[in-house]
Amino acid sequence: MSVTGNPLQPTVFELSHPGRGGGKIPHPPKDALERLPAGSRRAAPPALPEVNEPELVRHYVNLSQLNHAVDTGFYPLGSCTMKWNPKINEWAARLPGFADLHPLAPDEVAQGTLRLLWELEQALREISGMEAVTLQPAAGAQGELTGILMVRAYHRARGDTGRTEVLVPDSAHGTNPATATMAGFRTVSIPPAADGGVDVAAFRAALGPRTAAIMITNPSTLGLFETRIGELLEAVHAAGALAYMDGANLNAVLGRVKPGEVGFDVMHFNVHKTFSTPHGGGGPGAGPVGVGERLLPYLPSPRVLRAADGSFRLERPGERPTSIGRLRSFVGNVGVLVRAYAYIADHGAEGLREVSDDAVLAANYLKARLAGLLDIPYERACMHEFVASAASLKRATGVRTLDIAKRLIDFGFHPPTVYFPLTVEEAMLIEPTETESLETLDAFVAAMERIVAEAHDDPAMVTSAPHTAPVRRLDEASAARQPNLRWRPMTGRETPCPD
Amino acid sequence: MAPPDLRYTKEHEWVRPAGETATVGITDYAAKQLGDIVFVELPEAGRQLSQFAAVGVVESVKAVSDLFAPIGGEVVEVNGELATRPELVNEDPYGAGWMLRLRLTDAAQLDELLAADDYDELTREG
Repeated sequence: MSVTGNPLQPTVFELSHPGRGGGKIPHPPKDALERLPAGSRRAAPPALPEVNEPELVRHYVNLSQLNHAVDTGFYPLGSCTMKWNPKINEWAARLPGFADLHPLAPDEVAQGTLRLLWELEQALREISGMEAVTLQPAAGAQGELTGILMVRAYHRARGDTGRTEVLVPDSAHGTNPATATMAGFRTVSIPPAADGGVDVAAFRAALGPRTAAIMITNPSTLGLFETRIGELLEAVHAAGALAYMDGANLNAVLGRVKPGEVGFDVMHFNVHKTFSTPHGGGGPGAGPVGVGERLLPYLPSPRVLRAADGSFRLERPGERPTSIGRLRSFVGNVGVLVRAYAYIADHGAEGLREVSDDAVLAANYLKARLAGLLDIPYERACMHEFVASAASLKRATGVRTLDIAKRLIDFGFHPPTVYFPLTVEEAMLIEPTETESLETLDAFVAAMERIVAEAHDDPAMVTSAPHTAPVRRLDEASAARQPNLRWRPMTGRETPCPD
Repeated sequence: MAPPDLRYTKEHEWVRPAGETATVGITDYAAKQLGDIVFVELPEAGRQLSQFAAVGVVESVKAVSDLFAPIGGEVVEVNGELATRPELVNEDPYGAGWMLRLRLTDAAQLDELLAADDYDELTREG
């Protein structure tokens, strides 16, 4: 990292000097302002920062270098699948035919993009064993909502309106109960069994004529494959309910397990996890949803259709009245979908299977290497991620998971997910992904060995970490209790303007 | 050790009965497990709560958890102090960190709660 000057940069507003600038924004026609109604015109110009181009570029380049990213280092954030985003994806998404296409372009001039979307749907069908896939949802959570809205439409279409509950295992992603609530259902939590799987007895007791669906993440957020999945899904269908799979952890089972063949009726894909598109801050997302036969009529519209002559078109409004409608403008976030397509096409079937095999191998390697250092609550072979716990270390030394996470920053590693899943005390959820080399994994283990040794010999070193980051230990409680959510100009030296 | 004069739930709430009313909060064990508490959402005064229903939210730097009514009753008072000083729950869970005062629906519901000894047994570290 080579940030110039104070690593904590002033804000761009503080760099501002009246009259300075560099942009050559084309002047509007002379009478443009007069054509706006008086009530829509500002009385005073907006307080935009005034900086010249080199100041602006240096400001943001320096800020960007304060980030930890997959482009700068190892990022074993559990359940997030922070794998490498191959640069060929970026090349593909920037091809002018995709990047410059107007979203309202008529089908005749959008054939290439429509074909890519159609082929991506076929690839995701093949990967998941589902009947059809919508690419429209803008993120995994919206994909969940899409799936559960289709479940609701399915039950309503049959006149089965007594199904008001969705069963969600305790180890689920927090988005699952939120989705069920958003769709108007009541969430019923199912506790885990001792082996980390779903407690089948509790599950059967909760299942009944009020159950609309079960939402299950497999492999689970404990990094464990749900070995009783066949039994669970059989019971779900016997009760007249549907089964939703949260596909967040699909990276563990590509080419090994097809959720559609397992018996799931609906699932979502997180393309930013499994198919290497950038995460969150990298731009918009996509959360395609696959469905089995029962939910086909309810897929969002418009779908991309292929005619007998091999040409492609979008479904017309109202063409399929059973559809739950539109979830996202146009056909979804196409730039992200192009990246996912590029990744799938680049790997092919064999390559994708290797992705999952290597992701599982890397996680089991790290788990075995860390076993002597930290508690490993679930000893059986893990999938793409595993849970470790600092509970014993905390009792022996007072050093908590949070301290270890902060100290890892000093060694150049992004901390793993901490205090999740909630069912494990002092939890760390570690997911190395398939894209890291053996040397990187070993360096991570070496850092952990040193931190655990420090916890015994020099605990203050760990509890006061990080020492080398641009900011030291943050007071998270105060930040949450008295959040300071926006920068405000200073009226005096110390006094911020009142809101 | 949980104070002997209170009753407890498995979900880590405590109840201090006093005649027809009772004070409710979360236990020291719960507050420690949650870590620094940053926000407490409580039901409005006047609301009727049924026993074991989810009635509020406790948010810490680690997690967001439901608050369950350990006993049924009408909310006669909530601890407004927690809106600006949620840290009271960590500092004094059985005192200044109290959450609700209820007018009890049925004092017999107290019998369904744990005594201090049983609660200590439940939360003994493994």
